[in-house]
Amino acid sequence: MSDLAFEHGEEHPPHPFLQHHFEDLGQQHEASTLGMWAFLCTEILFFGGVLLAYWVYRIMYPAAWALGAEQQNTLAGGTNTLVLIVSSLTMALAVRSAQLNNRRGTVLMLILTLIFGTMFLGIKSYEYHAHWMEGLFPGAHWHWQPKDPAISALTPKVQLFMVFYWGLTGLHALHMVIGVGLLLYILARAWRGDFHAEYYAPVEVMGLYWHFVDIVWIFLFPFLYLIPHVGAHHVG
Amino acid sequence: MLIADFPLFPDQASTMASKVDNLYLFLIALCGTVSVGVFLTIFYFAIKYRRRPDNEIAEDYEPPKILEVTWIVIPSILFLGIFVWASWVYFQLARVPDNSLQIYATAKQWMWKFQHPTGQREINELHVPVNRPIKITMASEDVIHSLYFPAFRTKMDVLPNRYRTMWFQATKTGRYHIFCAEYCGTLHSGMVGWVDVMEPTAYQTWLAGGSEGSLASQGEKLFQKYACNTCHTNDASGRGPVLIGVYGSSVMLSDNTIVPADDNYIRESILNPQAKIVKGFGPPSVMPTFQGQVSEDDLLKLLAFVKSLGSTRTAAPAVASPQSSTTTAAAQTTKEPKKKP
Amino acid sequence: MTTTTLHDVRFIEPAKTRNYLNEDYGFFSWVLTRDHKRIAILYLISVTIMFMVGGFFAMMMRLELLTPEGDLLTSDTYNKFFTLHGIVMIFFFLIPSIPAVLGNFILPLQLGAKDLAFPRINLLSWYLYIIGASFGTYVIISGGVDTGWTFYTPFSTQYSNTHVFATTLGAFIVGFSSILTGLNFIVTTHRMRAPGLTWFRLPLNVWALYATSIVMLLATPVLGITLIMLMIERVLHVGIFDPALGGDPLLYQHMFWFYSHPAVYIMILPAMGVASDVIAAFTRKRIFGYKFVAFSSLAIAFLGFLVWAHHMFVAGISVYSAMIFAFLSFFVAVPSAIKVFNWTATMYRASVSWQTPMLYAMGFIGLFTIGGVTGLFLASLGLDVHVTDTYFVVAHFHYVMVGGAVMAYMAGLHYWWPKITGRMYPEWWARLAALLIFVGFNLTFFPQFILGYLGMPRRYHAYAPEFQVLNVLSTAGASVLAVGYALPLVYLLLSLKLGRPAGPNPWGAVGLEWTTSSPPPKENFHETPVVTWEAYDYRGMMKAMGETQNV
Repeated sequence: MSDLAFEHGEEHPPHPFLQHHFEDLGQQHEASTLGMWAFLCTEILFFGGVLLAYWVYRIMYPAAWALGAEQQNTLAGGTNTLVLIVSSLTMALAVRSAQLNNRRGTVLMLILTLIFGTMFLGIKSYEYHAHWMEGLFPGAHWHWQPKDPAISALTPKVQLFMVFYWGLTGLHALHMVIGVGLLLYILARAWRGDFHAEYYAPVEVMGLYWHFVDIVWIFLFPFLYLIPHVGAHHVG
Repeated sequence: MLIADFPLFPDQASTMASKVDNLYLFLIALCGTVSVGVFLTIFYFAIKYRRRPDNEIAEDYEPPKILEVTWIVIPSILFLGIFVWASWVYFQLARVPDNSLQIYATAKQWMWKFQHPTGQREINELHVPVNRPIKITMASEDVIHSLYFPAFRTKMDVLPNRYRTMWFQATKTGRYHIFCAEYCGTLHSGMVGWVDVMEPTAYQTWLAGGSEGSLASQGEKLFQKYACNTCHTNDASGRGPVLIGVYGSSVMLSDNTIVPADDNYIRESILNPQAKIVKGFGPPSVMPTFQGQVSEDDLLKLLAFVKSLGSTRTAAPAVASPQSSTTTAAAQTTKEPKKKP
Repeated sequence: MTTTTLHDVRFIEPAKTRNYLNEDYGFFSWVLTRDHKRIAILYLISVTIMFMVGGFFAMMMRLELLTPEGDLLTSDTYNKFFTLHGIVMIFFFLIPSIPAVLGNFILPLQLGAKDLAFPRINLLSWYLYIIGASFGTYVIISGGVDTGWTFYTPFSTQYSNTHVFATTLGAFIVGFSSILTGLNFIVTTHRMRAPGLTWFRLPLNVWALYATSIVMLLATPVLGITLIMLMIERVLHVGIFDPALGGDPLLYQHMFWFYSHPAVYIMILPAMGVASDVIAAFTRKRIFGYKFVAFSSLAIAFLGFLVWAHHMFVAGISVYSAMIFAFLSFFVAVPSAIKVFNWTATMYRASVSWQTPMLYAMGFIGLFTIGGVTGLFLASLGLDVHVTDTYFVVAHFHYVMVGGAVMAYMAGLHYWWPKITGRMYPEWWARLAALLIFVGFNLTFFPQFILGYLGMPRRYHAYAPEFQVLNVLSTAGASVLAVGYALPLVYLLLSLKLGRPAGPNPWGAVGLEWTTSSPPPKENFHETPVVTWEAYDYRGMMKAMGETQNV
């Protein structure tokens, strides 16, 4: 029950963005951020479920996992990691600008975040396209075989790896697409001048979400692209 | 319905039955007392302290807080006791006696197939001698099933990807239910059968009935049919490890880990040769996979054959001395193992 | 005798005209509403329909089981019916029943808030529920599904040729409904409490809903992702769980029960909350050991996450992990025992009313106790081997879910019915229904304990003839139970027209929800309440009331 809004003095008419069931903007702000944190807890368990399955099979089939990771374009994945980290910085700066009543700064930083987010999705689709062409999509379309026929027995397990690859990156990309959509909405509102030092909760909540999606990728990149070969033998 | 057809308690027909029942009856006594106690107390309070015009608001009375401690500590101690007792029973259910008679089972939608070491096969019917521990090694050909003998108080899920082992020792001759306890599709409730517990002499007579040779010898024929013997020769000249003496030993793998060569190891090595490769034979292993080519029944025969190779290379495919298995092997630390037919 | 009696307790005179029901009219004022009270009504209608659907399947199964032969239904139909009964009752009735109907209505009122923190998300939850239920309905109409509600692989992914995909998609979607409800409750409880309403002044119902919400938030996503993997395996024929392609069916079971065991607490925790509130109201007494009861809810929510593999003692886990899970399972029973003993102790030297909600609550304590102690049988490793997957398990969870959760739901529905509708239900009929449900329930499910120990496996369409007598008893009980559930449907509906006006506080209960008019106005309170008394504090509230009247 924060009295934050009242500390700033005189009697206002209710703020245009204060929803009817909240006492004041402070309460509304705290509710939105707590809501997003709670949602992110759900998200962690959601990704956690697949990651658990991923690890079970990674331990069961280390050679196939290493071979699967070898099929990934590490340069593209690495670039994407960098792009996302920078986008998190611009997102944080957007929140900062909103807190400082800097409308121009907020808009600029949101646009940059949007650009980086789109860039990530672009690079990701390039990778997806390459995988599709190589027959690395699980199911009926699968036609990839290891170059060394001696290890063709690993193929079904590599396919299992690719199920996790597509599942995890696909789930992550879905979050990115939703994030980009939300960014557009926040950007439009920032453009209109909705946000200022007393009311910037939507930008902050957007930021929380964006950082979360970023952090997920920080885990996915080593899990899917950088798997060392087990033991002394080179299997690929 | 006659009262005679209306049992309230199942047959006690195994060594474990009375142990499980004692725990059950103790829990009924304990939990029944608690439940009835709670019921009666509620009822008594509800009548004694029923609302009257002069007690519209309850008396300002707080029972002593020590009660809280009481009903946290006492149940906890009781629970601990029950836990220990129940685990003791569970351990006995899990530990297969050494001198067990080995029987193999395959589950498939919707039947139970049993194979005796001497080669007899039966469907939805299992003949066993009384007063002798019986060990069942089993796998499923399709979905998950569960082999359940209510009269023996034992049950175990049958999985499609590995062998599991259960045991019982019947104490009373007679015919008892076999149920499938894990839902497995359309005729789940039809996946039932009978276990015939027989006097040892009657069992021997029954065993003398038709058989296509011992399981191990049937396995040996398969060993040749699938050309396993071209690589797994009797000396170190083959492209695969020598199998003599492998079963029950410890095997050094290519990544320098050591694993026990048990039922599941043999099974996995046939179906998925790349999974555990014997040191010196890869990776990759040159053995093709037999996944999807060998039926569960045949796998069990191959297993029986590999087991029969026991610990010495002179051992001819030994015909079913039913004790076999766990007692063999062990001593020899044969470093060479198996892999690839 | 003081100058005021409890029946005069009202802080605010009931509004003569305006309340949430007559604020707007028309179809869209309901389906687009953001008022938590109207959304609760939408849920009430939806879950009641689903309850009838699930009940129909149950009745057909009990009729089939009258005779040992499979003569009424084919085995495929029977398999579909028990599957649909489980799916409908668990995902579409029990999980949303108390939280989404009663919780939705009562939580903001008990907190002194105008609404839940996120009214739009609340409405979205209901739509997700409806979309999920539409998939369920589609499945029922177009031929059903036969995997059992547990969707065990590889049967569900490679062998069943029924509508597994649509069913799991429906369950997935309805899962998000429950996640969003939980999220809403957590934020509302943290951020929207009325001035003076500290955590230890909250009704125990709020504590229970809060604990439930944590479980919803943290367990449901794991089910969601597990079902997605199942759908992927089914569509692409890859081996996530299929052993033929390198997968592990036990991994599915672990992931499924990681949700579905806590899901049991999603169903029973709010029931415990309702029971606490009802017992306090009808004994006119503070619940004994308030803090113990409050924290036991959180303890159950926490421990509930650590016991999932007790569903798998014969499924293929190691002896030692079985021991760990059995040990923890015993200790999840301790906080439940604390609650039972505290409720019972509350009735000591109380002022016990025999009105309908209290009858249900007393039934709840008794039946939940039986359900709970038979859980100990199942946690006992050596004994579980014999009784798991038999009718013993069926009886156990129906004692907890129907004897526990549904009894408490009925208690809460009758307790808050005057608040929801502004009218009283007919007391005599309600007591009759409560009695019928209690008798019918025990007749239905008690014989199943015996059947289970005899060894009758669950999910059996045809069974051995010696099990018939007990099955006939069970079916007879089910008919009584059906009548018991049909009665409230009739008299509650009639009470909307014929019931006498309830007034703000017909029970003389404490709690913020009883300080506003019945039905409450759109924004719940005419002015923001300020709380100065402890939870269930009759004397404190009387005093506060006296001061208010003096002002």
